[in-house]
Amino acid sequence: MPTATDTIEALTERDYEYGFVTDVEQDTAPPGLSEEIIAFISAKKNEPQWLLDWRLQAYRGWLKMAEPTWANVRYEPVDYQSICYYAAPKSDDDRPKSLDEIDPEILATYEKLGIPLKEQEMLAGVAVDAVFDSVSVATTFREKLAELGVIFCSFSEAVQDHPELVRKYLGTVVPRRDNFFAALNSAVFSDGSFVYIPKGVRCPMELSTYFRINAMNTGQFERTLIIADEGSYVSYLEGCTAPMRDENQLHAAVVELVAHEDAQIKYSTVQNWYPGDKEGVGGIYNFVTKRGLCEGRRSKISWTQVETGSAVTWKYPSCILRGDDSVGEFYSVAVSNNRQQADTGTKMIHVGKRTSSTIISKGISAGEGQNTYRGSVRILRSAEDARNFSQCDSMLIGDRCGAHTFPYIDVANPTAQMEHEASTSKIGEDQIFYCNQRGIDTEDAVSMIVNGFCKEVFRELPMEFAVEAQKLLEVSLEGSVG
Amino acid sequence: MLRVSDLHAKVEEQEILKGVDLEVKAGEVHAVMGPNGSGKSTLAQVLAGKEDYEITAGSLELDGEDLQEMAPEERAHAGLFLAFQYPVEIPGVGNSYFLKAAVNANRKARGESELDAMDFLKLLRERATLVDVDEALLRRPVNDGFSGGEKKRNEILQMAVLEPRLAVLDETDSGLDIDALKTVAAGVNALRAENRAFVVITHYQRLLNYIVPDHVHVLLDGRIVRSGGSELAHELEEKGYGGFDGARAEA
Repeated sequence: MPTATDTIEALTERDYEYGFVTDVEQDTAPPGLSEEIIAFISAKKNEPQWLLDWRLQAYRGWLKMAEPTWANVRYEPVDYQSICYYAAPKSDDDRPKSLDEIDPEILATYEKLGIPLKEQEMLAGVAVDAVFDSVSVATTFREKLAELGVIFCSFSEAVQDHPELVRKYLGTVVPRRDNFFAALNSAVFSDGSFVYIPKGVRCPMELSTYFRINAMNTGQFERTLIIADEGSYVSYLEGCTAPMRDENQLHAAVVELVAHEDAQIKYSTVQNWYPGDKEGVGGIYNFVTKRGLCEGRRSKISWTQVETGSAVTWKYPSCILRGDDSVGEFYSVAVSNNRQQADTGTKMIHVGKRTSSTIISKGISAGEGQNTYRGSVRILRSAEDARNFSQCDSMLIGDRCGAHTFPYIDVANPTAQMEHEASTSKIGEDQIFYCNQRGIDTEDAVSMIVNGFCKEVFRELPMEFAVEAQKLLEVSLEGSVG
Repeated sequence: MLRVSDLHAKVEEQEILKGVDLEVKAGEVHAVMGPNGSGKSTLAQVLAGKEDYEITAGSLELDGEDLQEMAPEERAHAGLFLAFQYPVEIPGVGNSYFLKAAVNANRKARGESELDAMDFLKLLRERATLVDVDEALLRRPVNDGFSGGEKKRNEILQMAVLEPRLAVLDETDSGLDIDALKTVAAGVNALRAENRAFVVITHYQRLLNYIVPDHVHVLLDGRIVRSGGSELAHELEEKGYGGFDGARAEA
């Protein structure tokens, strides 16, 4: 509840923005966006001049851009001048002291997902005194990776420790003025992950943000950069199935992947941001730019995503298939329940010869959810003998939700082979009745039918993640069938 | 075991069942025969508890329990099984996975311990052999891409695994060639037992050459107009349903 004092404070802060002078001692930037604020963020993070210049260029580009309106989503306009673009990580004093201080509804969901107590505390941001297991696990984990020359650290650390790599690759896949949200991210990005896999190294374990505990609070403008050098392999897991709440409504992340010759990157996401209440109030806006560049010959980038959260999702993990014989894949499950809206899909841009791409998209709509698949396959003139296979399936649960499909295909080389399949099905009362008749109750029946529908995507996920994703789907769709 | 008394049921304001009486005892096989539109399938769906049908009068009891008070899955837990006329496809869900979920849901509801993967597989293999179903069928998604014959055999397999007290077969013979019909009938016969009853719903007498019923009932326009022994099926074969019009008038 905003009190009169809060309002007055907000007003004074607003006035203050005009005369704002960078003060590195401060923990939080006042709301609003300006070159001063960007300089403040950069100074706080002790960044080199070139990176500050890069941010400022992005910001100047962003000022001239308009927020896109083509997506099939509706939301209250975002007031970019009311957002706080920098806040230091919370000190232990400000954090909840124990799980007793956490919203019981969130705890109930943790229980349903079977998350161990210690992890619940971590996820809920509880200040934990004792050094708990994951920290030591993370340490051993990093030592082992270091032996192989694998770099896996936060983006800020990479800027300090490996500036040459960051400078070489940052913005090469998603240019800083690529689109409205990417430009905003480029100007103000908070933190994120950095991965470099050296030549010929097969990363021996799944890299997961989960192991990098300090990544739990990367803020609303996350920036991730993954580079797989020649002949290397990495599987990267982002997110977690536990519901993530955040006081910041707008999230605009950028992820860039670069795969050199014969390299493979497998990027898996399970996203469960707070979707808002049943009326859709308070949910996260997730506007993400994810793109991979298959730079070298025979390189491969594979995106797998399970999207169950957020009030509004705007996300198109894409591949630029530049190297000859390179391969791009996109496997997606997107769920919109209650008032959730998802506009998601992929872009496959074929540049090199004999490049091939596969798109498998599964959209599930329940309640009053609206689910849109938007995909673009472009075969450039140079892409001799390119191939694409696309399959977009939608499932409707109930009769107040919607599914929409917008596939764009643009072929400039006649040797291309394109296949597109699409289907829309309704979870039939007949299917549920059939399960009921065999003794299976309705909730279990729905989860079984939905999991069957998503099987082609789930089998692309690393095993543990797949099990969690199935559970997550159950919880997300709970009560969606009368 | 099953007692149906003066059952009236309607769907979308149209009365389909107009007073059906049927009593089935443990160990018996009853055949319900009738032409299209007589209410045969409605009877099957009402027994299983499909929501679209509204019971307007009469009663349904299984082992003395009022079926109307029970949800479809509770009826299944109580031992009622329906072999569907049109088995439903569930893409992506493995046939054996589905059956395991069903078996364990029933066991759980009955207070029995759930079967683990090994024990279930043993049961499944044994039953598949009993009703002569190829194991390849077990690895495919439930009814997805199955031929008509495979779907019907799959129903019989499910019945064999779930071991119901009362099995209702809704036109399981429709669309089957003679070989498939024989396999299905052999499966049913293999499952005949003293503590189990069958209600076999069919349009044609043909199936009853292979599953010999203890009682035959003729359903016409929502009522059972005649009941008798297995010889009644042969009479129907000769005279057709037209010969029972007079009986309907009397009833």
